[in-house]
This record gives sequence, structure tokens and C-alpha cells, in this order.
Amino acid sequence: MTRLVVGPFNRVEGDLEVKLDISEGQVVDAWVTAPMYRGFEQILEGKTPGDALVIAPRICGICSISQSVAASRALADAMSLTPAPNGRLAANLVAAAENLSDHLSHFYLFFMPDFTRPVYEKRPWYDDVAQRFAAVKGAASQQFLPARNRLLHVIGILAGKWPHSLAIQPGGTTKAVDQGERVRLLAVVSETKRFLERVVFGDSLEAVLALETTAALKEWAGRHAASDFGRFLAIADDLKLDGLGKTPGRMMSYGAYPGDESLWLARGVWENGVQSQLDLTGVSEDPASAWLSGGPGHPFETDTLPDADKSGAYTWCKAPRLSGGVAEVGALARQSLAGHPLAQAILKQSGSTVFGRVVARLIEAARLIVEMDGWIGGFRLKDEFCTHGKMPDEVQALGTTEAARGSLGHWMVLKGGAIHRYQIVAPTTWNFSPRDARGMPGPLEQALIGASIQEGETTPAAVQHIVRSFDPCMVCTVH
Amino acid sequence: MSKAPLNVLWLQAGSCGGCTMSLLSEGAEGLAVDFETFGLNLLWHPALSLESGGEALEVLNRVASGKTQLDILCVEGSVLRGPNGSGRFQMMSGTGRSMASWVKELAGLSQYTVAVGTCSSYGGIPAGGGNPTDACGLMYNGDRPGGLLGDGYRSKAGLPVINVSGCAPHPGWIFEVLVSLARDEFGLEDLDIFARPRLFADHLAHHGCARNEFYEYKASASVLSERGCLMEKLGCKATQASGDCNLRVWNGGGTCTNAGYTCIACTSPGFEKAKNFQETPTVGGLPVGLPVDMPKAWFVALAALSKSATPERVKKNARSSHITVPPAKGRVKS
Repeated sequence: MTRLVVGPFNRVEGDLEVKLDISEGQVVDAWVTAPMYRGFEQILEGKTPGDALVIAPRICGICSISQSVAASRALADAMSLTPAPNGRLAANLVAAAENLSDHLSHFYLFFMPDFTRPVYEKRPWYDDVAQRFAAVKGAASQQFLPARNRLLHVIGILAGKWPHSLAIQPGGTTKAVDQGERVRLLAVVSETKRFLERVVFGDSLEAVLALETTAALKEWAGRHAASDFGRFLAIADDLKLDGLGKTPGRMMSYGAYPGDESLWLARGVWENGVQSQLDLTGVSEDPASAWLSGGPGHPFETDTLPDADKSGAYTWCKAPRLSGGVAEVGALARQSLAGHPLAQAILKQSGSTVFGRVVARLIEAARLIVEMDGWIGGFRLKDEFCTHGKMPDEVQALGTTEAARGSLGHWMVLKGGAIHRYQIVAPTTWNFSPRDARGMPGPLEQALIGASIQEGETTPAAVQHIVRSFDPCMVCTVH
Repeated sequence: MSKAPLNVLWLQAGSCGGCTMSLLSEGAEGLAVDFETFGLNLLWHPALSLESGGEALEVLNRVASGKTQLDILCVEGSVLRGPNGSGRFQMMSGTGRSMASWVKELAGLSQYTVAVGTCSSYGGIPAGGGNPTDACGLMYNGDRPGGLLGDGYRSKAGLPVINVSGCAPHPGWIFEVLVSLARDEFGLEDLDIFARPRLFADHLAHHGCARNEFYEYKASASVLSERGCLMEKLGCKATQASGDCNLRVWNGGGTCTNAGYTCIACTSPGFEKAKNFQETPTVGGLPVGLPVDMPKAWFVALAALSKSATPERVKKNARSSHITVPPAKGRVKS
């Protein structure tokens, strides 16, 4: 048995260290460490409730809008305020633009460069992939970054800037859209759609979204090998990524993108092919393995306080649990629970693996751009974009949303007109959870077991793929 | 370009990663092309480079041992000195050493040290509230000199840390400073009193604000989403905050105030200490923070005069989310 420490683990958002026990070329046990703590929950205590809109988004420079949305919903919940329909559409658009930008950033900048590693130089796809997805200087990133910049104009128009905006408020958004701006938004979305069709998929979005089975996807991949998604599918087939990094597969989504009556992407829990209702009173956080004091409990009733010398701890991350069990979040969970046939088919066939997690993200990218177009058309330009309410002095409130990498919740308790407690449970807190008090490891810790390590590898490629397939955001994980 | 490219090493201390996310919006053909064009060679970046784990450590160790020359050290994020000065709130993974000690060591080797964002400049949001992690900037604790490296720090080229503040900074601010360094065209005279590049800090965020007519007449919004000036009631600090934010726009045309929300002075040291960001503190009905260089009596007199002279159009539009009265009156014939 040998112990391998992998760090600094880069091309994830923030700091990550992974410890592996290796025996006979396989990972037999894994510990995931989030080595940075900034204390946002402590900083928020005592603040005016509205200041959460300034502070919480600055937890994360890549999920900033998602943090805004969760904070604004917690404040709206506190005031029992219903946002203006226009503001709801604008917030959906801003969140969708961030989500889509994050999905593509993950694919092009964080995930694909690992296939350019010399360990793959004998694979038939290597030369093409190495020039296309080389980190920093690859041909693909030169196409992708300008497209990303253009997509972020959606946020420039509706929310001033990215990252870190104050435009999303409890009652909607601060910016009323005029006729010219609606057309500018439509133009950005149509250009992004063309980028997806020409570069990412090499096919119309309608055709991509019509793929409902793994057999149809495989057949499509053969015909679209020259697109970036096609390139990934060829690699996935060759390296059997549908057998890599399998988690227990209990999937959760808080649901996202509210419409007039319901969420566009439904909330729920998926386990063994069965979909059930999500009960958020069943959420708890357990600091057993974290350098944090206190015991397990619901976020309304627990604090986050450092205890750097705690014995047996190995991370700053708490272990979130749903009704006592591990849950995985992200695009595969979200799309399966939202009823997307291909996401469900993949989950049923191979479970949650590197393959499914990456495919679901790109399918969601295609779905988002189609939906964004409709939301822009839905603005009633003469109507208000923001409603206003009165904040009670004492209340418990919850704001939830889905960031690109999964479920995000803000649990807020107000006392005497100020924030008494503000607990944030972020997507990667779920996915990169450490062991809980019973010793149950989190989804990534379980996914790493069985990964093969080649002789002499100090930065094992399989481990890189598995870790990054979750699109981790470590700065959200511990905040 | 005949000069050898400058080696740039980027570290993320107690950061949200947003400064990097902002910088990625630079360049019509992507950042890599612009870096190459202007003689900047990225040695390693935690969010972008291929090298991970042991490979990344090799790059860092080559720099630390002097085998690779370090021309520009970019640090993003607050330095977390706690608990009890140990720096254990952020350990550089895989090294068993605190990020604070890495930054301190490498800053001793760099020709230039650039603090990217308000966190590494002055401490930023992590230094807010009770500052639970003892967060600081490279040469500042808020607006007080000090920080990780101390007031006396000078990089090998003889400059203090260059504070490209902003939360997050404009991609152009970061890029233009790095390119000016590569072109050997950046010196002490290009920094303001808080060591911010004057290329953005010579302006006030107020300059170019589309709400200026409302400001002139003190026609104020009473709630966010109204079109009026945000200074009197809603906490806007643009008349006091450094930055060319409204002159060079963000993400294809946006700015904070044009999008309807207040300037929170995110380029200023100590901005995180504000309470109730979206409300203007007043004493005797007067805003506590007055526009830079404006005497109080002058402000009172001007405000009274301009309020008495406010046109009906400006008054009405200030309290509406949409323009209700256009400048040209009447309607086109049907």
C-alpha cells in the first residue's frame, strides 16, 4: 500500500488536495481535502439582511450569480415577496448565461486539457485533441473565449457586469429592459447558438436535443467526429469513461428557473431509477471530519466556527447529508430529474460516471440557449422589473437555486433586524463531502475507489478526469 | 517585439477566483493570443495550466530556487494569516506550507508584484465583519499600510506592490498593467497614493455615469430599480470611488450604476467595512460621504438650488423604472 498526495490540484475553481491509498495499481481509499477557509458565514453575522447581496456573491467568482440568486431568494422568502415577472425572467437569463458560460468553461478550459497529457500519445485521437485542447494555448480555447465573452454580454446588459453584480434583488432586477436592449439580447443568444451548433456540436441544437437514447448518441457520435462534443464522445468510447468514477448515484436537484407556475427544471431526488419528492427539512451538515466545532444538524440550527486543531479532521468542508445519506448534485442530476430522456437513459445504463456527468452538462448547454431565447421574448417591456417589500426583524428564510455544478442553498435567520445566522451549503460541499460521523465517505471519495494508477504516475490521469468531471468549485465548497 | 517575454506566475490566495474569471474576458481572440503578442509568458496559473500536482510543484520549485526567473508575480485573493499567525486557513495543497509563506517567499524574488483585485490589495471582503481569518492585503490592512509584506516592501525592480483593486477588477485594468510592465513603461509615477494604477484610478466611478443629469438636479431614486440618482438615498459612492468604470464599460456595455444599482466603492481600501451598502448614511439629512473635493456648504447650497430648478421631466423619470417623459415633447402624427 502506498499513499499519494495530489496537489496543488488545479483547473478546479479554488484549492483542492486529494490523498489516495494505492494498492496493486488501484485506488483503494481516498480523502478529499478543501484546504482553504475564509469564514463568509461568520462575516455575514450581524450584518443588515440586504448586505448579503453584496457579500454572498463574493464567495465565488465563477458561481457569483448563483450566489446572488440564492441570497435574493432567501431575502424574498423572509419578506414573503413575489418577484415581478419581468425581474424573474431577467434573473433567469442572467443565471442561465452564467451557467452556460460555466459549462463551456469547464469543458474547454478545465476538463478537456487532461486528454492532451503525454500518457495518451499513442491513442488514435491524440494529435488532433492535443492541438485542439492544449491548456491555455489550444485552438479550441481561442474559439471558445471570444464566444464566452460575447455570451457574458447578456449579463453586461441585464446586470452591469460579471462577476459580482447587485442587479438581482429579492423583488426582481434593478434594470428595466428597453426595446433596443431586447434586440441586443436576442442577438447575443443567436450568436451563442451558432457557436454551439458550429463548434461544440457540429449539428443543429434541435438534432442534438432529439437524441434520447445511448444508442442514438453513439450513432450520432460516429457522424459528428469533427465537432468538439464528437471528439469527447470518441475519447469516452476509447477510454471507457462510462465505467470511470462511478458514484452511489443518489442524485438531487433543488430545481431551477421559475416560471409563472412551476420551475422549468424540476426539483427532486433520483435513486435506483425512482424519482421522489425532495424534503429540505432532511438536509443536515456534519462537521465530524472538518476543522470546525459543533455537531451535526440542520443549517437553520448550526454554525460554522473553525477549530484548526481538531483531531481526526482533514478538511474545512462539512459533510452535508440528505435524510442521513450522501447525495450527488450537478447537471446529470438536474437533467435527469427534469425528465430529459438521454440523461435518464445514461443514468439507468451506467450510473453517474465521468461520461454521464460531462454529457449532461453539454446537453444542458443546448437546452439553456433555446430557453433563453424564449425568456427574452417573454419580457413585457412596459411593466415593472422589481417589486419591493418590508423586511421583518425576526424570521427564518431559505433561498435555493442550481448553480452550474449543482444545488445551492442559503439558510438565513434574522434576529433584531440583523443577520443572526447565515448558513450556505454549496454544490461541491455535497459532491466533495468528507466522511460523516459514521465514516460514510462523500460522492467523490467513493468515485475515486478503483481508479487505476499507471506505474510511476504521480499525477494520475484517471484521478484528474474523475475529480474534474464534477466541475468542482472549491471556493463555494468552503466559504 | 525584440525583448524576451516576461515570466508571469499567478497564485490564488484567499480568493473567489473572480479576478481570473474577469481577466478571461480580455482579448478578441482569447487571452493567450494577447499575452503572446505583448510579451507575457504564463509560467503557471492555478485555473488554466495543464500542470497539476507534482508537475505544478516542479514549476513552483524552479521559480523558488531561482532556476526560472520570476518577472511578474500576480496574487489574487486575501492573504489569510490566521489562525494565530499560522496561515493554516489556507495551505497550498500538496506542499504542507501555508499560502502566506509561499507568497512571501516568491514576492522576494519577483521583479514586479501585482495584487490583482481588492482582496490581495487591501484585504477585501474576507477582511470584513470580524475578519475571522486575519485576512489582509499584500501591503495593506484595509487602508492602513502593513499587510503580509509590510510597508517597506519593494519588488526587485524597486516598486511597491501594484494594487489593481476592484471586486472584480475590469479585465482591461489587469491586462493594461501587465502589458505596460512588459513594455517597460510603468513606474512609481503611474501609481496613486494607495498604489493603484492611475490608468483607472485617476477617474471617479461617477465620470460618465448615465444618471448624471439626475445627479446634477439631485433628482433621486427612492428604491433600487428607479432611474434617478442613487447617491442621496441608496448608498452610491461613485462620486468618491476611484475607477473609470463608467467610461470603459463592462461585458459589452454594462456598468453598475447603469444597471440600476449602487457603486459600493469596491476599488477602495476598506470598502468591506461598510454597513448597509444599499442605503446612504446621513447626518441631519446630509449624506455622510460627499463628492470628492466638494465642501459641505457648497453641496448644501447646490443641492437646494438644483432641487428647486429640477425640470418636471427629470423629476418624474427619477422616480420611475422606465422613461415616462422623453426630452422631445409631444407625439408624432398618426
